[in-house]
Amino acid sequence: MDLLRFITAGSVDDGKSTLIGRLLYDTDSIKVDQLETILKQSKNKSEGEIDLALFTDGLRAEREQGITIDVAYKYFATEKRKFIIADAPGHIQYTRNMVTGASNSDLIIILVDARLGVIEQTRRHSIIASLLQIPHVVVTINKMDMVNFSEEVYNTIVADYSKMADMLKIKDVTFIPISALNGDNIVNPSINTPWYKGETLLNLLETINITNDINYEESRFPVQFVIRPQSEDLHDYRGYAGKVLSGTYKKGDVVTILPDGIDSTIKAVEVHGIEVDEAFAPQSAVIRLTDDIDINRGDLIVKKSNILKVSQEIEATLCWMDTKPLVVGNKYLLQVQSKRVRCVIKEINYKLDVNTLVKHEQFDPVGLNDVVHVLIKTASPIAYDSYNTLRANGGAILIDETAHTTVAGCMLS
Amino acid sequence: MPQHTLNYLDLLEAESIHIMREVAGQFERPCLLFSGGKDSITLVQLALKAFKPGKIPFPLVHIDTGHNFPEALEYRDRMAKEAGAKLIVRKVEDTIKARGLKEAGGKFPSRNALQSYTLLDTIEEFGFDACIGGARRDEEKARAKERIFSVRDEFGQWDPKKQRPELWNLYNGMIAKGENVRVFPISNWVELDVWNYIKREGIQLPSIYFTHEREVIIHNEYLVAMSEFVRVDEGDVIVKRNVRYRTVGDMTCTAAVASTAATIDDIIKEIQHTNISERGETRIDDQVSEAAMEDRKKNGYF
Repeated sequence: MDLLRFITAGSVDDGKSTLIGRLLYDTDSIKVDQLETILKQSKNKSEGEIDLALFTDGLRAEREQGITIDVAYKYFATEKRKFIIADAPGHIQYTRNMVTGASNSDLIIILVDARLGVIEQTRRHSIIASLLQIPHVVVTINKMDMVNFSEEVYNTIVADYSKMADMLKIKDVTFIPISALNGDNIVNPSINTPWYKGETLLNLLETINITNDINYEESRFPVQFVIRPQSEDLHDYRGYAGKVLSGTYKKGDVVTILPDGIDSTIKAVEVHGIEVDEAFAPQSAVIRLTDDIDINRGDLIVKKSNILKVSQEIEATLCWMDTKPLVVGNKYLLQVQSKRVRCVIKEINYKLDVNTLVKHEQFDPVGLNDVVHVLIKTASPIAYDSYNTLRANGGAILIDETAHTTVAGCMLS
Repeated sequence: MPQHTLNYLDLLEAESIHIMREVAGQFERPCLLFSGGKDSITLVQLALKAFKPGKIPFPLVHIDTGHNFPEALEYRDRMAKEAGAKLIVRKVEDTIKARGLKEAGGKFPSRNALQSYTLLDTIEEFGFDACIGGARRDEEKARAKERIFSVRDEFGQWDPKKQRPELWNLYNGMIAKGENVRVFPISNWVELDVWNYIKREGIQLPSIYFTHEREVIIHNEYLVAMSEFVRVDEGDVIVKRNVRYRTVGDMTCTAAVASTAATIDDIIKEIQHTNISERGETRIDDQVSEAAMEDRKKNGYF
């Protein structure tokens, strides 16, 4: 049994929380006492029926206002798979939350209201899905009950969306007509959509292939911590602890330590203290080398045959996440995996309108939720990948040097 | 071409070990909050595996409320010794005396709230910049929104509105002096994952997790262990029952569940079929208000 992480994009009005509530409820992931609490709260709001949306609103402010402010993580499992849902709000003022939730997701469910079709919000969510390179997109056309389960309405939306997906270069798109409220095509095939021959949503989530999403050709291993027991029996032991982000490592592999570019050979690969033939993504492992070289946290061990960028000038697409605006010329810390270096934003090339993909050369100060393309200069060289070619090593964050807050998520180019 | 498949426990374990190593790499003085409960026992196992063949590079810290199950304390000492880790114990009792704190009254006088004072004092005493804890996001709705690296201010307070965005597997542990980060490596595990992991790893647990006969007070459908810490009132129904603990906290605020489960497999079977959540069944202190946990966390609870 493996694990699928997905994000749901949509607003309360699209029935997003209802959809999540439905998935949890229909897979028996909600316990009686939790249900009773929800019933009590539903009554407090004088709404009569069970408000499935209440399963996902965690903070008091959210319950009171009936909105989702932050990313909430929900868990459920079937016999085939375990699931982690990142439930992120869909409004434009919460773009940063959606970007956060999308960063770890294998799949995104985009909710479209059958009555409204492809709207600005749909486009925005799809643009974010494409920016964050979420491997699989599922477009659920919701509230089919409100359009009499019309095949024509469904087909029109599919055609509209497909056109946009082509433009955004979104590769794997699946469409499902649903009613989250009534459960049509969520867990069981709906009798109301005899014209739909595809899978139910749950069936798709259970069976979609995600192992092919991992790149086993390019090997990346950032060193997090150096293990040196310095005990009598392990006097000379020196192991580099880290996570295999992509690819594989085995004894005898010739590797390069970046950014310095020093070559060495792997003496042993260990997982949890036991020597293994091979470590592969996304395992946490320890690598030992034949040469005694100075390697620290932040260094990257790659296979010699692999090529990646080592540079002090990096182009990146940023999603700005702080209330304090981005200032050109300001210094920040750039964190790429375990490496953290000082950097400066040299210039802003353009601001991307996440509703239209239009690139604006003229823009006001860059503020919360803005997506911009920038040139970053770092204090020392960074070894990195382009996010579009190797997602696992192309993401970074910017940290405010004095406030220590995370101010931006970066997709390196 | 070799098969590159990992099951969900391997995936969760790899993620948690990555987090453990980030703590060791990013902080000067981290510690692991160890209670003797199954979640913190899982943390110790993950820490052991993360740093093999080295030792765990941080101490285990237990905030002793004085209301612990003796079985859990005995287990705590044994486990710390076996792990070769340094164990630091600080007592709520001492904080109450030193600071003149007022104890909660009532039938089941919980020291849960007072624990925060001792924890903050301990953090200050040792200068801990990070405390690893065993909280999981599936436990409760406010937890579902907490970050893996959760920054607390000087007063140990959590501000949900000031949470740092957490993208990919990048954790920002930068803090100012006096601030502290609570780190939750098993955020993405659910109760059943913990039990399946304990089974897979062959981890020994304190005996109270398994069925045993115990004298309990039946109170609002909860089974609360008889002990010197609870107040017995006239008309209390005190009976002997076969029970086990689904969570292990204080004797005064953790309820037992009626059970005959004698092995991990029995427990897993029971959890798979139960229709009541872990906290709902066992945590007397969560039932006070819908936002109980959110409020406690804001005030420095871990």
